Parts: sequence; structure tokens; C-alpha cells
Amino acid sequence: MALRLIAKGAEADLWFDPDWNGRKAIIKRRIPKRYRHPEIDRELRRLRTLREAEIIHRAKRGGVPTPVIYQVDPEEATMVMEYIEGRRLRDVVDELSPEERLRIFRLAGRQAGRLHRAGIIHGDLTTSNMILTPSRLVFIDFGLAELSTEEEKRGVDLHLMRRMLQSTHFKYAEELLEAFLEGYREEMGAEADGVFRRMDEIARRGRYVER
Amino acid sequence: MAETLICLGIESTADNLGVGIATSEGEILANVVSVHIPETGGIHPREAARHHSAVMGDVIAEALEKADITAREIDVVAFSQGPGMGPCLRTGATAARAIACRLGVPLVGVNHCVAHIEIGRLTAGAEDPLTLYVSGGNTIVSGFEGGRYRVFGETLDIAVGNMLDVFAREAGLPYPGGPAVERLARRGQRLIRLPYVVKGMDLSFSGLLTAAIRELQSGRWSLEDLCYSLQEHAFAMLGEVTERALAHTEKGELLLTGGVAANMRLRDIIRSIAEEHGAEPKYVPKQYATDNGAMIAWTGLLAYQSGVETPIEESYIDPKWRLDEVEIPWR
Repeated sequence: MALRLIAKGAEADLWFDPDWNGRKAIIKRRIPKRYRHPEIDRELRRLRTLREAEIIHRAKRGGVPTPVIYQVDPEEATMVMEYIEGRRLRDVVDELSPEERLRIFRLAGRQAGRLHRAGIIHGDLTTSNMILTPSRLVFIDFGLAELSTEEEKRGVDLHLMRRMLQSTHFKYAEELLEAFLEGYREEMGAEADGVFRRMDEIARRGRYVER
Repeated sequence: MAETLICLGIESTADNLGVGIATSEGEILANVVSVHIPETGGIHPREAARHHSAVMGDVIAEALEKADITAREIDVVAFSQGPGMGPCLRTGATAARAIACRLGVPLVGVNHCVAHIEIGRLTAGAEDPLTLYVSGGNTIVSGFEGGRYRVFGETLDIAVGNMLDVFAREAGLPYPGGPAVERLARRGQRLIRLPYVVKGMDLSFSGLLTAAIRELQSGRWSLEDLCYSLQEHAFAMLGEVTERALAHTEKGELLLTGGVAANMRLRDIIRSIAEEHGAEPKYVPKQYATDNGAMIAWTGLLAYQSGVETPIEESYIDPKWRLDEVEIPWR
């Protein structure tokens, strides 16, 4: 069976391979950009592929489920990883029971806390980037992730989640945010309060307001 | 139909003193700029302000003459209220207050960054663009959303134009630095690796500048190759953040504005990104790319016609006035 293109981002293409050495796999390839010097382009795609793989690995060590990486080819800026059998959290929110919904968002918050504990900023923390399987909530797409323990960046991470809830899951935005932040606090302890303050400040600045 | 209004705008955020005259029909009647060129080093705010006040009368007189109007025909006076260098801003603001009082017409304080975007929309013919605004003082990727120009990405330290100017000065290139770097870069061939710093959607140019100056002082490279490498790195960074914002906002136009918009290599990059995303590239014409009074006059009119006025007692300058703090009622 052939590869199937499943997503085209600003930076990378995502392919589904139904039979990568007997497994279902996702192939992420960072595409060359014509507008930049070929040497800069190659180096950036190489380094970012390596960094993304490293961060995914580090997240796993920090206790956050992420896809297993099968292969990294820095020269081709390509990464092959586990295909997660499940559904995007974004698409299942409405089908969950109220109790289950709160439980999942609390878990999402705990895992976000674990990421931050591990020194990772996800950079695009939304319900589109969380896959719910029968046993786990898997965080995906670390393409914008970076290593940092800055409160500002942690605040931006949470702010993105809040914006997503308000724009996409507005029916339960309040309670889901509360559950998410509770989970986050369970993991981060008192340190969470500073991040929450920062999150509110970022919202007031209007700096990261999206459509 | 409403009667046509005439606005005189004063721009004095940095080394340019600009006086422009615009009509509410979007006509630019005059656009006179006097540049303060320091004998050594960069812009000294006090020296620049002294220059502005020394030539203020002449520049205003010349603008009125070019527009072929008398001061009595002015309906509104606008000035750049920020962001910029305090002493320079104060000089322009003082002149604007005096003229508005003398003529008994309303005063409008304009945000300098908003003015760069608005003059770009007017003169490059853009409706609702994603804007890359690059100059000696600012580096901002912005788009209009929900009543304001939102900032999607910006520099965390120095502006890209400032970076090019300082490098040019260190290399002994003639003023203005940006165009001198661009000329040499055209003959560059070899890419010297320099830092590339994009943090999320934001950019940093100070490390790039330091590294480039270090390579310059090492004497290992030709100046052509260094200029080429400096531009390639800086503009690739700008391209990346711009492209991401364009993909996110899905705007149909990509506008390049500000002093660095005159750079042809940067225009190439903008064109390539726009094409890739099905957007139309737009470039502000050269005379409106650098700091000028016409953009202040035109933006002042837009604001005034939406009911914005700045009472003299509230016309304090704001050297740190952010683009995304400004309500844009005319859109």
C-alpha cells in the first residue's frame, strides 16, 4: 500500500505509511524552503528534526506518553514514528460523559505539568495535538517545542490551551479549563500559581490573541 | 459627500524629521523629509532632536509650498506620539501642539507603527494584509484581528535595520548602512555561518550582530561575503516567522513596509513566501518606506474621521507605545 499525505503544515508534511516494516507509521518530513539559502535551509531542517526527536524522548522520560520514534534521518529531515491508534481529543470531547471529560482534562493538565517539569515547552498545546486511546492520552507534534523553564513560556503554553477551549470547546470551556489547571497544579505544586498569574497577564496583554 | 479634509503630519521618532500633507481622499500633497546624519556613531537622541527643531520651520514651509496650500487650509494636525526616542518625539509633538493651537484645529497623536502599516495599505494598495514591518527601530509581523493590529512575532532585542546599520558602521561603510550592505551582498558568494535565532514566533538579532562583527574583525572573509551572509541569515529568520504567521492567519496579501522594505533581496523572499501561500505580495514605495510625515498625516486623518482626537493636555509622548495597544476604529 502506498503512502498517504495526511497533513501539510507550514514547516513539514505528514505522511501515513500503513506498512513501515510491518507497522503503521507516521512519517514527518520537513520541507525545503526555496526562499532561504540552501545551506541554512539544510542545517535548520537537520537540527530541528534532531531536536524534535530528542524532545519527544525527553517527554517520555518525564512521564508523558508520546509516539515511539522508529527512525530519525537528519540529512533528509525525516522522522518515522509510531502511528497512535486513537482519536484526537478535539474530536471526542462532545462524545465523552461529563465525568470522563473532566477526568481526561485533568489528566491533560497533569501531563502538561510533567512536560514543564521536564523543562519542555510544547509550543502548540491544543486538543488537536492530544490523541486519546483506550488507555492513554498521547501528546503529539513537538514541532514547535523547545527546552525552557521560563515562566513566561509556560504561561504561553497554558494560554494557548485556554484559547483553544474558548474557541473550540466553548460549551464547557470554564469547567474544562478548571480541571486542566487543577491537574497542572497537582504536578507543578506551588510553582503553578506563578504560571497561572503569567497566563492571565498574557491574556490581558492581548499579545497572543488569535482569531 | 463629506468635504475633503487636509491634515498636516509631523514625524520625528528618530533621525528623520518628516512633514507630510494628506487629504481624506488618500492623496499625498507633500512629503518632505530632513535627515539628521551624525558625524560619528549612531543616532544621538538629543543631537537628532536639536536638528529637528532647527529645521522644523523650513521643513513645514517647504511642505506647505509643495502642497500649494496655506496654513489656514489645514483641518487637522497629526504627530507621531510614539514609539521612538523621547527627545525627538517631544520636538515633533511641541511643534504639532503649537500649530494646532495657533490654527485652532484638532490635534491627533498617531502611533508610528500603525502609520507604517496604513501608508503601506494606501500606497501599495492592500486591503487586509499580513504585514512585515522592518526598520531601524522596529521588526514586527502583524495582522489586523478584532479591532487591532495584533503582533504575531517581533524582535526580542534590536531591530533588523539597526543590526544592518551598526554592522555597516563597524565595517566603515558609508551612510546609510542598509543599502551599502545590500550593494556589497550582491557580489557575495560564500556563505559564512552565523547564528540563526528564532524563538517561537519571535526573533533576536543581537547575537547575529555580535558574531558578524567578530567575523569582520577576524579579517578572514571578504566584506562582500560577510554582507551576503548577514543578509541571508537575517532575512531567512524574517521569512520563517512571516511564513508561519501567514499560514496561521491565511491572509490574502503580504505587505512589506518600513525602511528595510527597500531591500531587493528581502522583497524576493517575501514574493516567494507569498506565492507559496497564494497571497499577493505588496511593497510600500520607497519614499513611504522610510520614516515620513505623509504616513502620519494619512493615519491622523483615518483616526480623526473615526472620532479620535488628542486633547493637548493628553498629548504626552509615549516612547514605548506598542502597536497592539492601539484601537483601530476605522477598520
